[in-house]
Amino acid sequence: MNLHQSARTPASGAASDAEGGLILRDVEISLDGRSLLALDRRVLPGETLTVMGPSGSGKSTLFAFVAGFLDPAFTARGKVLLGGRDVSGLTPQERRIGLLFQDALLFPHMSVGENLLFALPAALKGRRARGEAAERMLAEVGLAGMFLRDPATLSGGQAARVALARTLLAEPQALLLDEPFSRLDQELRETTRDLVFARIAERKIPAILVTHDPADAAAAGGDVVVIGAAGRGDEHARQPGAERAETPLRARALR
Amino acid sequence: MSADVSSRSSRAAVAFAVPLFLALPVGVGLIGVVLPAFGYLPALGGDAFSLKPFRHLFAQPGLAASALLSHASGLVTTAISTLGVALFLAAFHGTAVERIARRALAPLLAVPHAAAAFGLAFLIAPSGLIFRLLAAPFDLDRPPDLLIIGDPFGLAMMAGLIAKEMPFLLLVAFAALPQADPRRRMQLAASLGYGRMAGFLHTVWPGVYRQIRLPVLAVAAYASGVVDVALILGPSLPAPLAVRLVSWMNDPDLSLRFMASAGALLQLAITGLVLLLWFVGERLVGRIRRSVGAGGWRLSGDGALRAASCIPVALSGGAIFFGLFWLLLWSVAGFWAFPAILPPSVSLQTWGRALESAGGPLATTFLVAILSASAALVLVVVLLEARRRQFRASAARAVRLSSVMAGLIYLPLIVPQIAFIFGLQVTILALGLTPSLLLLSAVHLVFVAPYVALALADPWFAVDPRYDQVAASLGHGSLKTLFRIRLPILTHAVLTALAIGFATSVGQYLPTVLIGAGRLPTITTEAVALASGGNRRVIGAYALLQTLLPFLAFTLSGTLPRLLSGRRLAMKRR
Amino acid sequence: MVQIRVAAMAVAASVMIAGAARADQAPDPAWQTVLDEAKGETVYFDAWGGSQNINDYIDWVGDEVSKRFGVTLKHVKLDDTAAAVSTVVAEKAAGKNDGGSIDLIWINGENFAAMQEQGLLAKGFATDLANWRYVDTKNPSVTVDFTLPTKGQESPWGGAKLVFFSDTARSGPVDAMPKSADELLAWAKAHPGRFSYPAPPDFIGSSFLKQVLIEKVADPAVLQKPVDEASFETVTKPLWDWLDAIQPVLWRSGRDHPQNYPAMKQLLADGELDIIFAFNPAEASSGIAAGELPDTVRSFVFSTGTLGNTHFVAIPYNSSAKAAAKVVANFLISPEAQLRKEDPRYWGDPTVLAMDTLPQEDRDAFAEIDRGIATLPPSKLGPVLAEPHPSWMNRIEEEWKKRYGG
Repeated sequence: MNLHQSARTPASGAASDAEGGLILRDVEISLDGRSLLALDRRVLPGETLTVMGPSGSGKSTLFAFVAGFLDPAFTARGKVLLGGRDVSGLTPQERRIGLLFQDALLFPHMSVGENLLFALPAALKGRRARGEAAERMLAEVGLAGMFLRDPATLSGGQAARVALARTLLAEPQALLLDEPFSRLDQELRETTRDLVFARIAERKIPAILVTHDPADAAAAGGDVVVIGAAGRGDEHARQPGAERAETPLRARALR
Repeated sequence: MSADVSSRSSRAAVAFAVPLFLALPVGVGLIGVVLPAFGYLPALGGDAFSLKPFRHLFAQPGLAASALLSHASGLVTTAISTLGVALFLAAFHGTAVERIARRALAPLLAVPHAAAAFGLAFLIAPSGLIFRLLAAPFDLDRPPDLLIIGDPFGLAMMAGLIAKEMPFLLLVAFAALPQADPRRRMQLAASLGYGRMAGFLHTVWPGVYRQIRLPVLAVAAYASGVVDVALILGPSLPAPLAVRLVSWMNDPDLSLRFMASAGALLQLAITGLVLLLWFVGERLVGRIRRSVGAGGWRLSGDGALRAASCIPVALSGGAIFFGLFWLLLWSVAGFWAFPAILPPSVSLQTWGRALESAGGPLATTFLVAILSASAALVLVVVLLEARRRQFRASAARAVRLSSVMAGLIYLPLIVPQIAFIFGLQVTILALGLTPSLLLLSAVHLVFVAPYVALALADPWFAVDPRYDQVAASLGHGSLKTLFRIRLPILTHAVLTALAIGFATSVGQYLPTVLIGAGRLPTITTEAVALASGGNRRVIGAYALLQTLLPFLAFTLSGTLPRLLSGRRLAMKRR
Repeated sequence: MVQIRVAAMAVAASVMIAGAARADQAPDPAWQTVLDEAKGETVYFDAWGGSQNINDYIDWVGDEVSKRFGVTLKHVKLDDTAAAVSTVVAEKAAGKNDGGSIDLIWINGENFAAMQEQGLLAKGFATDLANWRYVDTKNPSVTVDFTLPTKGQESPWGGAKLVFFSDTARSGPVDAMPKSADELLAWAKAHPGRFSYPAPPDFIGSSFLKQVLIEKVADPAVLQKPVDEASFETVTKPLWDWLDAIQPVLWRSGRDHPQNYPAMKQLLADGELDIIFAFNPAEASSGIAAGELPDTVRSFVFSTGTLGNTHFVAIPYNSSAKAAAKVVANFLISPEAQLRKEDPRYWGDPTVLAMDTLPQEDRDAFAEIDRGIATLPPSKLGPVLAEPHPSWMNRIEEEWKKRYGG
């Protein structure tokens, strides 16, 4: 995809290997003085870090922190580095981190194609060129010719693929996946999962996957972090030390 | 994260600044009524504080009856309207009957209160349609001497209010329904063996009611302080408090202004008490519903009840439609005596004269309404967006206006207009502002914004905040997200809110006359002034002219979204 | 060409001079100053707007004063004069002592008394108007409004006299209708549910109470003085006795009253009421013309006389166009404007001018007015009863509310 290369900022290409990927440096998030989670990780381009934990363990808080939506009620320490840039202080729209949720969340007032065009960077000019880029992306996720479709008429699997296409078109430098396969049935889940991880690997995008499903973790193929394993209210489990003890893969992830 | 903290506090500031801005005129106006209520109004020679106005007030004959009437009108109107809407939706949600109701809503909402009241009066008065139809079989050559309009219990007045408020509550309920997930919940209830109505009332209605609670409270406040409907349909001896308040304010004896101000405070207390009792009633009904639910009474064979449940809504809709038709007939009638069912002669003279002079007022009405409704929309969107962002996405379901904010915004709906408009007028004069289209729009804004907020708040908070997150992650700033994603998703709700605001502005009389200093006649000031002449032809023609603009607004708000996003299925359901 | 143009100008000038001379035969320098000052000013005229006929008449006045004097007239249509009073009160409260928004108010009676007492009116101007010399100053109600001397703070506009109407098709010839309060009571007892009066403080309703009071009171002279609390009960007892007697045979058994005169008019048309009353003798004719009343309605009065008064225009103390307001007030009492006003095709409101002060042609024109079949000619309107002091109205309204208002 030459197109993507041309639209990408030169800085990301020039990042040294040491700084490449998505780095969560000494991240600790607390609420009202209580520490919720602590993490110190690096996700290499094309790799997927899986974050597991029961509901209420702080998975979505971590997700919001990285994406830039963390509620000010939380106190967060540490940094998020992306391709050598410190994005911690940036607004969500400046971070270039793509999101995929359990729901496709296609904008209901736009056609499939309009959803994609909305995601395409403005740097690509010309109606025709933009339309072609969107069509190409649709073909890439196996939905060629669906440009004019109403999102409400898509099946769950089709909608999930449009959502992926939309996210990728914005040329994210990292991806956050919030249980994106949990609403799909078994068969669809596998094919969609494969599609997503294939794109991640192919594009060399670092990704964080938040999930309940061990099969998702296995398919992601990367490291697995378990947070808040002891559940809510257990102060101890949220201590940084405790978490490190539970994540034997930490050393490898930071290598 | 200091940037976040400061933006959070600035959001909090915005979220409070807008309600404060909207409540300010009411507060200022209230000072202008509290002072005279305690004897202070130097312009009329009141230089010292005293309790004399209150003593004077409580010495008024029939005051207790007036207060009780206002009070009962507030509670009964609200209870029957809410119950009627709940039963109707329970019986007919998702059916063809509901679709008919949705379609008939625009004209029902567009009819001004006074016009609807005249319409109802033309139907049920002893000289009205019903008795004209009965005249032949019962051999009546004169209308019977029956106290139907203006009965001492205010039943005709409450009927008129219910007929007009039920469509309003239906409108907001229709907007709230999708968020209450009716289809799945009713399927679930049905699978447990519950009848359609019981299933709806137990599983869906509480979710709907929670969203329409503020509009319901607005109805209660309105019905306890209504003037125009009470003048046309209400009892006169004694009249409800708000009506007497207006007559005291308008009395040539200017010293009555002091007592009128004290009366305005009493009116405020009555409205407050109505709201308080409504809160108690809410708890009571909730408890009853829970205990009935715990009893597991399934009411699976509810056919007869379902059929009966359309009666309140059908009656109110029918009354307004027939009333409108009757107004139209009168507007073209020559001399039309009892018991003729149709006018023996027809003349377009009234319309000719009305149309000749209605152009200017209609244009002013339109401009002021569109200006105030758009300004209200901008303010309300700023407020709602600032408020929404005070919450984190995961807490989106909990987002609502704080009770202080809601109280401030809805203050203009709760405080009787007559109570603060005089103080507001004095303030505006003291500031040296001269009447202009902009000033009038700004004053209308005070009354329009609460209704716009009422209509938009819940749909606004109900949109999945992850849409905004997705847009941001795609690199779009918050303004672009607002205009490209959130507002388009909410097209229908936004247009409905605009139409409600537009209609509210069109209906304003007192503020238009007093703040506009009569320099900016609108179709409503013309209609009210002409209605004081009591000529049914003129009343009919002007009532229809008054209905025209809101009707267009509601029709557009209903059809535009379909035109704009005709291809999008999900948008039609919104 | 030049000659033709000059000739045309001469004709135009002579027409203008003739017009000016007609409005003002002896050009008074003081009045000329007012005219000069008024040119270009806009007069906001706050007046009840409930009658299309009257609204059209005011429109006509606006066209004329604009053409003749360069004054723009804007009719601010009100449902109640109180709104205008309220505005002036608000302006005074806000300290807006000049540049007020109202320049002329249609007013009389209690509203005038209240505004005069609170100092809300401009100082006397009426007797300085050029057309004042036509006004029927022998009619006391032109200079004394509800017993209060107007001090020239309001200029008369029209006459008013209490007149009763009934539908001869339902109630028979008007000769057989009651000719006094006592006869009315007897008639009402014989026809229960067919009579009512608007509940005070409606103006017409209160006026009816005053009519009965004047007829029934032992010594009508006491009514010309302010209420004396000590004797109030004795003086008004005959009124309450009369009202108590009629109460059970009133329309709706007295449990409800018509809101105002227009409501009564409608009830007469519907056949609910058989006798109604108004303050304008031409009301019945204009009601018939407008299709509001059947053409069988006729007028009658009480033989001992009925209440009469005058309605006026006044200038608020803070008016921003006082000169132009005077010009309009002056035009309103010009023979031409008064003639049109008395013509029921336009309005039908009795003139306030004295016929003997008018040029012969105007006198003839007034005499030739076709007042309509339902209107009594001035000669048959009967004696005029003078309005009591305004304090009586207030006390009677209060007392009425106590007795029948709860």
